[in-house]
Amino acid sequence: MNWQALWLTAKLATIVSTVLLVLGLPVAYWITFSRWRWKFLVEAIVALPIVLPPTVLGFYLLVAFGAESAFGRWWESLTGHTLAFTFEGLVIGSILYSLPFAVQPFAASLAGVDTRLIAASETLRTSRFKTFFRVILPLSVPGVVTGIALSFAHTMGEFGVVLMIGGNIPGLTRTISIDIYDRVQAGEYAAANQTALFLLIFSFVVLSVIYALNRRVWAVWPFK
Amino acid sequence: MRSIRRNSLHTIVRISLLFLVCQTSVLMLLAQPQPQVTVAAAADLSDTLKEIAVGFQKQTGARLNVIVGSSGNLYTQIQNGAPFDVFMSADAGYPRKLIAEGHADEKSFFVYGVGTLVLMARANSPVELDDLVKAVAGNSVRKVAIANPQHAPYGRAAVEALQRLGIYDRVAPKLVIGENVSQAAQFVESGNAQLGFVALARVLAPAVRGKVKYVDVPANAYTVIEQGAVVLDHGRNNFAAHAFMRYLKTPEAVAVLQKYGFASLNSNDANPAKKGTGQTGQKSQ
Repeated sequence: MNWQALWLTAKLATIVSTVLLVLGLPVAYWITFSRWRWKFLVEAIVALPIVLPPTVLGFYLLVAFGAESAFGRWWESLTGHTLAFTFEGLVIGSILYSLPFAVQPFAASLAGVDTRLIAASETLRTSRFKTFFRVILPLSVPGVVTGIALSFAHTMGEFGVVLMIGGNIPGLTRTISIDIYDRVQAGEYAAANQTALFLLIFSFVVLSVIYALNRRVWAVWPFK
Repeated sequence: MRSIRRNSLHTIVRISLLFLVCQTSVLMLLAQPQPQVTVAAAADLSDTLKEIAVGFQKQTGARLNVIVGSSGNLYTQIQNGAPFDVFMSADAGYPRKLIAEGHADEKSFFVYGVGTLVLMARANSPVELDDLVKAVAGNSVRKVAIANPQHAPYGRAAVEALQRLGIYDRVAPKLVIGENVSQAAQFVESGNAQLGFVALARVLAPAVRGKVKYVDVPANAYTVIEQGAVVLDHGRNNFAAHAFMRYLKTPEAVAVLQKYGFASLNSNDANPAKKGTGQTGQKSQ
């Protein structure tokens, strides 16, 4: 088992799901409550990473990060290095790639909140901000947890984008899925199997916890 | 209400019609009885084979399907039953191993050329390539792309060359690894890495002509990258696969190979399977 790659991947997934919580909630809120007639365009853009092959995202990111693009040159003049082959680059790529896996569950649970409760809160002259944190968010906890867990697990298992912009540097961009791939290519099936099995079990546990939470089984939480 | 429903019904009908048209055209393509050869080829051959495919089709009427990847990657796929007829590997060790394992036809094996390792940069790069060691080890170069030495022959050659030139330790922190030699080149072409160790065939390809510059890596710095082709089990009964192997030896095909920088190996007639098998076999482990 490659602990370095595992630790790196866990770090990446934690950062990405945290950023997506902060970034995804406002986006989900806007998608749920906005009445703008072109809203569907934003919804489509958010959902794109689900249907696009990761190679499309990876390719465009690689071009955007490179010294041939204006953004790439600007970033390089700012920081002294390009974004490709860096941990920051992976974070950016993963945020884009996992965006719908956070935003869609968020939005679905926000939309499920009883509008009468929101209206009641508004008649009490509560600010929108306060309504969100005191009424909407507490009632959306299962969806928010689902979004965080899904984006975390999705980043853990991310492959295509990392392969295209990572550069496979140990301890920096060699994530667990790349490590598995390399070992399979090199014919080290036993080592590949060890890591792959771990990822399989891990993903199963994460998904089980999500579904348990959603059904309010609370198997791990016996108190009412 | 009714108009909405009719509208959506219309859309559904239209979409299904579109699907039907797509499906039929795909099926018609599949149903064509044209003979074809599926070639699993090392990444350095992607441009070369495009040109060879044209000549091959003209001469024999058979179609060439090319699947490109790192040689080690393709080797693993073939071992696990990939439906390829012919394997063209950048490292002749892989086809030899397949022969030993009974996945390939020993009689068909031959070395079609020798690959050349070059150091490339974008044409507008400020890095001077004249002194290879200075270029790679210099401070202005932050990222050097290579193919994955675990399963790509050019990656292995690049690591070996850096070691023999005595600069591996200095360069190691700069290395970024492409899945195969094409990806290493693409890291350089997109401007994400300043330098890259790639196949000569890549920098001679028409698509990048004028956009890149390169310098040969001294030939004595790495073990000869012997490239071998073999008919696989899956293609044993495909007459077009054997026709393709014969075509590869025609002056026409050899000229294309040479144009893309695959030097021919003069002494490959006398049973090349015996030469250096152990060496390459060990190294690829």
